[in-house]
Amino acid sequence: MMLAAMAGYAVAAAPPLELYRIEGDAIHAPLVSTAGDPLRGRAVLSGRDANCLLCHAVAETGVRFMGDIAPPLSGVGARLSEGQLRLRIVDQSRLNPDTVMPSYYRINGLIRVAPAYRGKPVLNAQQIEDVIAYLKTLK
Amino acid sequence: MIPANAAANALRWPSAVDCGVRKLLVSFCGLLLAVNAVAAEPPRPQPKSGLSYAGADVRALQADDFGNPGMLWVARGEKLWNIPTGRSGKSCASCHREAPASMKGVAARYPRIDAGDKTLLNIEGRINQCRERHQEAGALAYESEELLALTAYAAHQSRHLPVQAEINEANRAHFERGRETYYRRQGQMNLACTHCHERNAGRKLLADTISEGHGNAYPVYRLEWQSAGSLHRRLRACYFGVRAEQPAAGSAELVDLELYLASRARGLPVETPGVRR
Ligand code: HEC
Ligand code: HEC
Repeated sequence: MMLAAMAGYAVAAAPPLELYRIEGDAIHAPLVSTAGDPLRGRAVLSGRDANCLLCHAVAETGVRFMGDIAPPLSGVGARLSEGQLRLRIVDQSRLNPDTVMPSYYRINGLIRVAPAYRGKPVLNAQQIEDVIAYLKTLK
Repeated sequence: MIPANAAANALRWPSAVDCGVRKLLVSFCGLLLAVNAVAAEPPRPQPKSGLSYAGADVRALQADDFGNPGMLWVARGEKLWNIPTGRSGKSCASCHREAPASMKGVAARYPRIDAGDKTLLNIEGRINQCRERHQEAGALAYESEELLALTAYAAHQSRHLPVQAEINEANRAHFERGRETYYRRQGQMNLACTHCHERNAGRKLLADTISEGHGNAYPVYRLEWQSAGSLHRRLRACYFGVRAEQPAAGSAELVDLELYLASRARGLPVETPGVRR
């Protein structure tokens, strides 16, 4: 971890998070070796853990109520590469410190987290890969 | 008048510029300070009540005193007002007489610093203090039917009057703490009040239209709750939404926040009992 930090890599603070490396505005390497599954990803995206639809509309989900705080994600798979999607979900605040979008794979720098969620990222690494796999289908 | 280019330069100066150097600069520094003060608390547009973000059905329900379910709590409060309670054998009316006269305007000025022990009290806190000090009855639990009813009845007497929370020496520290809370990111979602209610008012969070987050209608009847509820119940729901630790209803943190919200809501009419989705 020290080495990684010295080499200028971004490192996730502590276990249980996988290490990742930010290059430009992307994280190119998947967080886990098992490939993401788009079907599971769709369920995660519209489910209660992630709550992406609170803010984003994704017409393809067919869900009735969706938010409009954030850009709609239809077509996002054509706009952004897999690595770009990964960084935006892992930690959008790296790109925009002022963002309203929560960091889905981060446990440090948060305050007053409710006991049930303390020390845990919003999504685990596999769920994030699943969501990315789904977003890639939105072209 | 300051020539345009000098003014532009003045704005470019670091705020720590040495004011002592030249006499002429003193007034410029004054100007800078004034600019800074404004930057700290930028003027806000006229506040808009949560009611104007609500659907036509909700607005109609609130406007109709016979249909507004919150009026049930007001009616219960009116009964309780006159019932002797505690070892003193006194009712609220024993001291305050007719609420329409004695309570008029009170909710528009709360939360207030208690002259005695200098704590900041909201209406609920004041009611409980009266119970303990004057009626010699126990404090009512937050969110109990009785406390909701008495609060709704007392606040209802200020309906249509503008919120006029005054920030002064005595309550400034509470106001500042409330403001800090308003702008502090918290919880696993890492969001502050400002992110939803200041930046995204009018937008949709799933099916909800986000309002400016004012407290001028509380206690409200919330269709989702199938009940009346206090402002602190609503605030705790917002903390829950961002997955943050929830302060207790009636806690100092929430009363301070309530004061800050009241200052943001200045000029809005008290709506108690409001109706919300
Ligand atoms: C509380 C609001 C909120 C939630 C919840 C949220 N986002 Fe976002 N998201 C935003 C905002 C706002 C932006 C715009 C960029 C910014 O603010 O920095 C954004 C940007 C994005 C982008 C970049 C879009 C583009 O076109 O550049 C992606 C991809 C994205 N979000 C995916 C997700 C996914 C997937 C989830 C759930 C796992 C999610 N978001 C949950 C608010 C949110
Ligand atoms: C993630 C978004 C979000 C955050 C952050 C948030 N709220 Fe809310 N809040 C809502 C929603 C949605 C509602 C229900 C719709 C409405 O009335 O605005 C609501 C309602 C309210 C209301 C009731 C308004 C009314 O007219 O009935 C108040 C007051 C309020 N919030 C204050 C706050 C304060 C203070 C904070 C910070 C401690 C906060 N909120 C944080 C989303 C949020």
